[in-house]
Amino acid sequence: MARMKFLCDADRCIDCNACVTACKNENEVPWGINRRRVVTINDGKPGERSVSMACMHCTDAPCAAVCPVSCIFPTEEGVVLHSKDLCIGCGYCFYACPFGAPQYPRIGNFGSRGKMDKCTFCAGGGGKEETGSSEEFKKYGANRLAQGKLPLCAEMCSTKSLLAGDGDIIAQIYKERVLKRGYGSGAWGWMTAYHEEIPV
Amino acid sequence: MSSRADSRIMLALRASVRCAAALLIVAMLAGQPAAAAQANSNQPVDPDASAVKEQRLLEQAPRIEGRIDIPDKKASVLMQPAGRKWDYFHEVILHWLGAIVILGMLALLALAYLVMGRIRIPSGRSGRKVRRFTSFERFSHWLTAVSFVLLGLTGLNITFGKLVLLPVIGPEAFSNFAQTAKYVHDFVSFSFVAGLVLIVALWIKDNIPRRVDIDWIKQGGGFIKSKHAPAGRFNAGEKLVFWFAVVAGIAVIVSGYLLLFPFYLVNIAGMQGAQVVHSVVAVLFVAVILAHSYIGTLGMEGAFEAMGSGEVDLNWAKEHHDQWLVETLEKDRPASTPEPPLTGAAAK
Repeated sequence: MARMKFLCDADRCIDCNACVTACKNENEVPWGINRRRVVTINDGKPGERSVSMACMHCTDAPCAAVCPVSCIFPTEEGVVLHSKDLCIGCGYCFYACPFGAPQYPRIGNFGSRGKMDKCTFCAGGGGKEETGSSEEFKKYGANRLAQGKLPLCAEMCSTKSLLAGDGDIIAQIYKERVLKRGYGSGAWGWMTAYHEEIPV
Repeated sequence: MSSRADSRIMLALRASVRCAAALLIVAMLAGQPAAAAQANSNQPVDPDASAVKEQRLLEQAPRIEGRIDIPDKKASVLMQPAGRKWDYFHEVILHWLGAIVILGMLALLALAYLVMGRIRIPSGRSGRKVRRFTSFERFSHWLTAVSFVLLGLTGLNITFGKLVLLPVIGPEAFSNFAQTAKYVHDFVSFSFVAGLVLIVALWIKDNIPRRVDIDWIKQGGGFIKSKHAPAGRFNAGEKLVFWFAVVAGIAVIVSGYLLLFPFYLVNIAGMQGAQVVHSVVAVLFVAVILAHSYIGTLGMEGAFEAMGSGEVDLNWAKEHHDQWLVETLEKDRPASTPEPPLTGAAAK
């Protein structure tokens, strides 16, 4: 079975935020929650790069390890899902996440964060809701994976900077790009998320 | 002649300085390929050479931060690999530390009970009572104590609940319990703070270290039956618990409120640090309070009454707080009626 991963080719990202918008629209994410965001490093300086970032669906996901109620788990495809029925909104997943992926509907004073929300790789939720049901959509957003489609953020990417899919395939695509154009700023976050780099 | 020679030397010197400077610049440019590429306009600019690299950024700082288009400030942190370190602390170090410290203390106390048994009042009970704690003092103590037990149990649940309770009661029930426990932990913190403030205000003057504390320690702190350990209102052991509670209390309160108001004053590293301080200090706090509870109940005859009814037996007071007893009896003695001599009461 494929191991699903994200890869942002920062040399192609133009900070258009279409991935952010696509994600918000496709999953009907509540106001204030950003499952995906674009961060610009060295903004305005030579060598500036923008990176689109969401949950990387880590290997040995630290969020899943620290969750006090063990409501976060990886699927067979390596997609990290969680159950909002079990989540107690403690915020520990945000402290453990290397990528700032977990989001909460409220600021969190007096422990009032609400149920954690994060990128599901457009694979629905980790709760008891039926796959593709409207209940699942309301809680977790779209389940495109069940329909044989990849996450919309990557599908919408105008420069094909953001790649989503089978880790081996997207790594191969990135490798070929780097070889052809002669440079690449690397697969951002791969070392931290998957304990591997893409050798070029 | 000499002046010409001088100027020749000067020229040679100047040339060598210029040479060295040129070499230095070359060396500097070689060290900075980006600058070199820009300086040489004949060659095309290599976009890769000037690009920021993840690895280099992580070598410079623990986090990669940038500019974002959304108002959520903490989202500007692109990457913080320290999250995995905090995960290791929380799931490995804290589990072992907590288990060793708390179970170790329980084992130690069980051993103390088996070896030493209950520390009895050597001369038996006198039947005469001496007031040790006022009702307000006892209220302050029990406010702190009940808050502490609730905070301790609900706090331990966050770390150990999934290992101990979750397999027993199942995910749904455990999640409901953990949710309630979290709110209990968040709100009981305020009564703990109130209790601790009262305790400090009431007892700080009696907990200032004095010379008698050294004697108390030298005499084995009342644990050696043949020796008498002198003490004032609080003995050196109690003073240690008091000052530990003050220091650890401040540490858990400050770190706890940082966690209760996330990202108000600190960034992600600060939140992780607050959790580390909070959990490590709390685990030690639990162990110390376990020992404190043991000696105040099971470990010593006549000790619990001090916090129960507020009155202790005269002989208990003589044994454990002799200096305080003398002061108290002198203070309480009415001017008109003469007090029977202390030795007489103790001899009963």
